[in-house]
Amino acid sequence: MATALPAAAIPAAKSMSPMRRRFRDAFRRHPMALVGGVILLAMALVAILAPWLGTVDPEAVSPIRRLKPPSAAYWFGTDMLGRDVYSRVVYGARVSLIVGLAVALLSTLLGVVIGLVTGYIRALDAVVMRVMDGLMSIPSVLLAIALMALTKASVGNVIVAITLAEVPRVVRLVRGLVLTLREQTYVEAAIAAGTTLPRILARHILPNIVAPLLVQGTYVCGSAMITEAILSFIGAGTPPNIPSWGNIMAEGRSLFQIAGNLILFPGICLSLTVLAVNLLGDGMRDALDPRLARRM
Amino acid sequence: MTRRVGVRSITLLAATALAAVLAAPVASAQQKVLKFIPQADLRILDPITTTAYITRNHGYMVYDTLFATDAQFHVQPQMVDKYEISKDKLTYTFTLRDGLKFHDGQPVRSADCIASVERWAKRDALGQKMAEATESWKAVDDKTFTLKLKRPFALVLEALGKPSSNVPFIMPERIAKTDASTNITDPIGSGPFKFVKSEWVPGSKVVYVKNTDYVPRKEPPSWAAGGKVVKVDRVDWIYIPDSATAAAALNAGEVDWWEQMPPDLIPVLAKNKEVKVENIDPLGSMGLLRFNFLNPPFDNQKMRQALLYALDQKDYVLGIAGDMKNGRTCYSYFTCGTPLASEVGAEPMKGKRDFDKAKALIKEAGYKGEKIVIIDATDQPIVHSQSLLTGELLRKLGLNVEVQAGDWGTLITRRSSKEPIDKGGWSIFHTWLVGPDLTNPAVNFAIRGSGGNAWFGWPTDPKIEQLRDAWFAAGDAAESKKAAEAVQARAFDFVPYIPTSQFILPTAYRTNLSGVIIAPITLMWNVEKH
Amino acid sequence: MIRYVIRRLFSTVIVMAVVAFVVFTLLYLTPGDPAAVIAGDIATDADIKRIHTQLGLDEPFLVRFGRWTWGLAHGDLGTSIFTNLPVTHLIAQRIEPTVSLTVLTLIVAIAVAVPLGVVAAARAGTWLDRGVMALSVLGFSVPVFVLAYILILTFSVQLDWLPVQGYRSIRDGVWEWLRHLILPSLALGTVYVALITRITRASMLDVLAQDYVRTAQAKGLAPREVLIGHALKNAAIPVMTIIGIGVALLISGAIVTETVFALPGIGRLTVDAILRRDYPIIQGVTLLFSAVYVLVNLAVDLSYALFDPRIRY
Repeated sequence: MATALPAAAIPAAKSMSPMRRRFRDAFRRHPMALVGGVILLAMALVAILAPWLGTVDPEAVSPIRRLKPPSAAYWFGTDMLGRDVYSRVVYGARVSLIVGLAVALLSTLLGVVIGLVTGYIRALDAVVMRVMDGLMSIPSVLLAIALMALTKASVGNVIVAITLAEVPRVVRLVRGLVLTLREQTYVEAAIAAGTTLPRILARHILPNIVAPLLVQGTYVCGSAMITEAILSFIGAGTPPNIPSWGNIMAEGRSLFQIAGNLILFPGICLSLTVLAVNLLGDGMRDALDPRLARRM
Repeated sequence: MTRRVGVRSITLLAATALAAVLAAPVASAQQKVLKFIPQADLRILDPITTTAYITRNHGYMVYDTLFATDAQFHVQPQMVDKYEISKDKLTYTFTLRDGLKFHDGQPVRSADCIASVERWAKRDALGQKMAEATESWKAVDDKTFTLKLKRPFALVLEALGKPSSNVPFIMPERIAKTDASTNITDPIGSGPFKFVKSEWVPGSKVVYVKNTDYVPRKEPPSWAAGGKVVKVDRVDWIYIPDSATAAAALNAGEVDWWEQMPPDLIPVLAKNKEVKVENIDPLGSMGLLRFNFLNPPFDNQKMRQALLYALDQKDYVLGIAGDMKNGRTCYSYFTCGTPLASEVGAEPMKGKRDFDKAKALIKEAGYKGEKIVIIDATDQPIVHSQSLLTGELLRKLGLNVEVQAGDWGTLITRRSSKEPIDKGGWSIFHTWLVGPDLTNPAVNFAIRGSGGNAWFGWPTDPKIEQLRDAWFAAGDAAESKKAAEAVQARAFDFVPYIPTSQFILPTAYRTNLSGVIIAPITLMWNVEKH
Repeated sequence: MIRYVIRRLFSTVIVMAVVAFVVFTLLYLTPGDPAAVIAGDIATDADIKRIHTQLGLDEPFLVRFGRWTWGLAHGDLGTSIFTNLPVTHLIAQRIEPTVSLTVLTLIVAIAVAVPLGVVAAARAGTWLDRGVMALSVLGFSVPVFVLAYILILTFSVQLDWLPVQGYRSIRDGVWEWLRHLILPSLALGTVYVALITRITRASMLDVLAQDYVRTAQAKGLAPREVLIGHALKNAAIPVMTIIGIGVALLISGAIVTETVFALPGIGRLTVDAILRRDYPIIQGVTLLFSAVYVLVNLAVDLSYALFDPRIRY
């Protein structure tokens, strides 16, 4: 016997855009993605609010206080020059996140431009793809080290170096998508109807590549953060007086048996953030188009 | 079908594996191999063209010297059997010992010694000074040769027995005739070890074997002097760049001896009863802060002096050595613990730090906010710590400073630039030198004021040059000490560089080794493995 | 097929030419002077200049580039500036550890990841699947060297089961060779395993949804046969693609792994060469890497024909 619900109790169907509904459903099905998003947000907040989170000057050295274990005064302990590890890790979030986001954005932008061009202009396609192949065949770390050696160490240069290593992958993705999309009947129809190229790009191509680009972007972000850590480890990363999770670990690496906090805390933060980014990417991918799972 | 193939291939694989394991060569249990972790990677085999300590250490393995300095700072004959000095002090006659041979079987002759010393004298500062006073070298016969001087030169034996870079190693004449700026590649010498070139993997492994034809002296070893008796069959230098890995390897017994370990890792090894950590280096090393005299603001003497009042050596000792046990303050331009060290003129550096005085001097110097660039090498912990400490110090003094990070290769290149700051120039760099390289005005090249020809930084100070020449002319020990004090007093006034600290990098070895020589240089004879 | 291979090899040459030119130019523009390092602490300007001339570093760009490519055509990769040993000799000395490491890592990674991915796909939506996916995301998120240190701390220092560092040639005994490579392969392989697992799973899911799989199941074939006999073969192509792309990843990771575990391989050779500005080594090794990358990808592409009879070259 069905219980009749009072009419007023049935909520009026909310008008939610299909995109939002897809996201909401996806996140319900993938709670981990939501967790990822929350963690990422938390890290971003930490990075922005760094000066107000109980930190001191991350670059202040004080050799007399070196290598102190975590305590009430120094929550994460101090490093080999007496700098407060907690402050460095908190400020380090800034560099790592900026590097990750900047690389993701830049490589996406560049990748889209180059990918669109090669997807459309056959003549350039062969040349550009050979160059991209060439770039992809040089191991990214090597490319980044060589580029870093070209100029002095700075956050900007690290971003450029890692971007260059990540661009070929984005280009491949965009180009592949463009090539498929071009064959679609509605695009052919648009061309036949005399639509100008910019309009075709804006109306038909771009909207369809946004989704995979977004997903790819998150993966690039995670990969960039790890590459920055590896570069710092080898000594070709961000200048060491500016803390980044990578170079905090690099400077403390030889001491991991006596002062494991130097690797543990930044390592956990880095892994957590990259994990969050990857989970977010997975969630978005599943939300936007499960078929993407095949390609990514 | 698939299943049968699977079983067959697995059996085949297992059989191959077994055969390979059984066929593995049985390690020659009779050979005593000493496994050593060197301080750096050996790349250049020429100890005359480069002052790199790793190449100097290599030199001590494969070459021998005419004279050598012992632990009491006395110069003893090594390859030389007897020597005579003429009454007017202008002629030295040397006679070589019997049985000295090069690794290719050729006997060591006077011609070899003369050619080697002449090549060394072209590069080394002390050698150059001696060459200026030299009239000629002559080979009387294959075992006897003479040195004729134009004027008396008191340091002939000290020069020939110089312990650290550059060491006047003796090479075959044909190799010693190589131009003094071209690296030699043939490591044939007459030393207690032979270099095994076929097993050399640059960046990873260097192999030496005992020279069974070597005739050691009878005296007990003392620093590089005395008998060089090799008690192992083979020495492997295994370069492990990661110090955590190196410590773990030593703990596990995969290597026997670690030349220089970062003091911070002592606790890791301390728990292991089979490993011993020791300070076998009586002189240690000194950190230094070098100015660029061509660029403002440190072309101004008052600016440099200001730093003397603010810099606290204790911070640098802790930053480099981790603990006051592994280092000490040394307010001297000559290595503390050596005869010429003193604290003459060092008042500004001693005692409580006076930031007010420093700031006053900066004001007097008329500092207008010029940018100060400290070039840093992040892959060299000693250089890196000093750069960060100095950067912080200058910031505290309100100066406009930037620490520019690079690696050692970049630092070495950048420091040779005489350009202004906006064209990639520099203001300060840090480095460190081992004790023997700073013992007196002859070997201390950083204290010189010869302008364009001086060491990187190019200070111009005719006064210090004069005082240095005066030291060379000094007669006895007392005069020499006074002359050295005068040089130092001037140095603390002119400030060609600032000595930041003295530190000792301990060595660590497993307890089954004995006979490790206590010396400021790494020497591998006399070491026994049980 | 042959024509395809030849065409591909031709474009390989072009790619490598591009790489060679880029690398050479990059190094030409790089500050950092091997002459200064060789000249030593007490060098004068004249000394450095002399070394420049000796090494041919003061010649114009095109002359230097021309000389190098001429040498290349004769199989001569030049001579190391520092050690005066031929680059080919240095590479030959160091190639065994790197090849051992990467091949072992590849084998282990594929052997672990493909089954994991297949199982996860077969049990999609269950805790097993979620677990595998979670682990694989974790695999991407931890930097190689952190993992390496954790492994060393656990297995070498605490448990003393495996050696800390070093490499033993396979000629000195297979067991020792293996022992020294277990930890490095684990550290290096984790990212690779994570990647391959994900792609395998995704690809399998895609294939399992296809009609012909349902037909096979309807026909009454055992689930295992369906999985391996039908689905896996079809799912293989994207997996092979990832393996090909991942070679560059492996080489990047090998550099760090070699540093931490003190393996005398090419990764470390290159990093040292870059930091010292030993140009001939850098140029030679980069060319080697791109050649390997391109050839591996060629092999991967050719393998498609194995898995998909529709693909004809």
